Amino acid sequence: MVWLLLTALYFLVPLIATFLFSLRKVTTNACCSLAAYGFVLHNGDFWHTLRVSFVLALEVIVICLILFVPTIYWVHLKLPKLRPLIAFLALIPFVVPPIVMVVGILKVFKGTPSWFYDQPNGILAATYVILAFPYMFFSLDAGFRSIDVHTLTEASQSLGASWPTTLLKVILPNIRAAALAGSFLALAIVMGEFTIANLAQFHTFPIFLQYVNETQPYGAAALTLISFGITWGAMLSLLLIGRKRGGQLPLAAGRR
Amino acid sequence: MAYLELQELHRSFGSHIALNGINISLDQGEFISLLGPSGCGKTTALRLVAGFDRPDHGRIVVEGRDVTGVAPNKRDMGMVFQAYSLFPNMTAKQNVEFGLKIRGREKGQRRGRVDELLELVGLGHAADRYPFQLSGGMQQRVALARALAIEPRVLLLDEPLSALDAKVRVQLREEIRRIQLELGITTLYVTHDQEEALAISDKVAVMYGGVIEQMGTPLDMYTAPLTPFVAEFIGTMNRLESTVVDGTTGEIDHDGKRIRVDAARGRSQGERVLVLVRPESLELAASNGTAANGNTLAGEVITHTFLGPVTRLKVTGGLIADMSTARASALPVGSSVVATVPTEGVQVISLPDDAPTLAGRDPDDQ
Repeated sequence: MVWLLLTALYFLVPLIATFLFSLRKVTTNACCSLAAYGFVLHNGDFWHTLRVSFVLALEVIVICLILFVPTIYWVHLKLPKLRPLIAFLALIPFVVPPIVMVVGILKVFKGTPSWFYDQPNGILAATYVILAFPYMFFSLDAGFRSIDVHTLTEASQSLGASWPTTLLKVILPNIRAAALAGSFLALAIVMGEFTIANLAQFHTFPIFLQYVNETQPYGAAALTLISFGITWGAMLSLLLIGRKRGGQLPLAAGRR
Repeated sequence: MAYLELQELHRSFGSHIALNGINISLDQGEFISLLGPSGCGKTTALRLVAGFDRPDHGRIVVEGRDVTGVAPNKRDMGMVFQAYSLFPNMTAKQNVEFGLKIRGREKGQRRGRVDELLELVGLGHAADRYPFQLSGGMQQRVALARALAIEPRVLLLDEPLSALDAKVRVQLREEIRRIQLELGITTLYVTHDQEEALAISDKVAVMYGGVIEQMGTPLDMYTAPLTPFVAEFIGTMNRLESTVVDGTTGEIDHDGKRIRVDAARGRSQGERVLVLVRPESLELAASNGTAANGNTLAGEVITHTFLGPVTRLKVTGGLIADMSTARASALPVGSSVVATVPTEGVQVISLPDDAPTLAGRDPDDQ
């Protein structure tokens, strides 16, 4: 119980402190005013960058799921010897510093069409897919390990289902929890990534956060709490959507 | 013409030959079991029929049509797996309905068929339960209903009962047979449990090392095994390695003891043979201190194993005899006994040097 309390304090104290700080008046530094929240919510850049980052996050999640679900499914089903290699590749984004990655990527893709190179939904999304790869891979990998991929696939095929039907109707609903976990992590990465967006000169939500932090200390505290709430709200929405679609079942229900 | 034919099927995995040219024919509505120990190739054969694997050589023919190269989802074969294979995200009803949806059946038609099949397997009351809310036996019943829902041309069962406890296993195997007879569906059943295979099959094919050792009715397999392996694999068997002494009288020599069996008549002198005697055919009696004579072998009781109505006695010299529990109590462990080998009803087969046997295996451990 004591440990639980200590753990709760560890997470809650900074939030409470930030909240109290955000209530101070700009003019007198005294409590209490909602002016900082008003500043954030009435700022056009806030809504613009929030929209950019959210669209970017959804794009990254969709690309990751489309790319990685069939790949990891196939590896589990037909090429299990490749799994250690992919797990190794998934670690590379952890090892390569973001600054090195962004410099390399910008150089390699220089000269590509402007709809790709100059747009956050182009090159930035592609880079974030790489950043999200390890999180997505290890989440999905755990999901595929928790079900009997071979038997479910063969059972589905023996009943007449094609590969796409098997993947969409049988496999995907049973790795839903893993896919959601990977999606949460991808969302969190995109909503918080600063280095790459800054160096690539894209105006995303973390860039706006940094700007406010430098110019409006109380506004920055308010913005931090708002973004915290928005991110958690988005995760909750994903969770609810996932639940609604898949019914209720335990994570490892498919395993013998 | 046979309904399902497996013709000269070969399949290797690297240097390991899993199937070495097997041939099986099933008539329509027939129930054949592939029986054998682990690694004998029985599941490989079933997977080739299902289309999950392709043979190196050979053909699979259904109703005169070669389906060897046809994808598994186009074969119309219902399959029940060893592992629990129900889709965890679907209820029992949705699982059974899945194949019908794939085939584009109308909703009303689907529902009717699903209800009918769940009733057939005795699970009408559990239609809305998810797999994790069902016991192992119930899951396999739903899997059977699901496989039957698509009205498959052939039903394939890959050790569907092996994960279940003994009582459920016996109950479910009888239900499988009942349903198979009721629907008249051609069925290929894979098992390593000889009791299961003998109890429910029209024919049994005993496999070993990628080949079919013998195929026949359960009675044939039990009473007239053609190879040492089949003799030992089907039921428990006393195996007396012997040499023919006199082919005219049927006298043989087993461990220096002369005994006479009718089945050894006509064999040439000096021929190495295996005399096969079922435990229930071996008569045991207290020796009363006298030496064994006539068609008898002497020994000492080593163990008693209570099997319910009968007790199995293990006797020195590798002999096993089944007798009523009441009679067995008169021959306690350590007592000297004589075992009478009947002259009739005993199987004798030639013993080639390279014959596969379960050598080294306790004959009681089957």
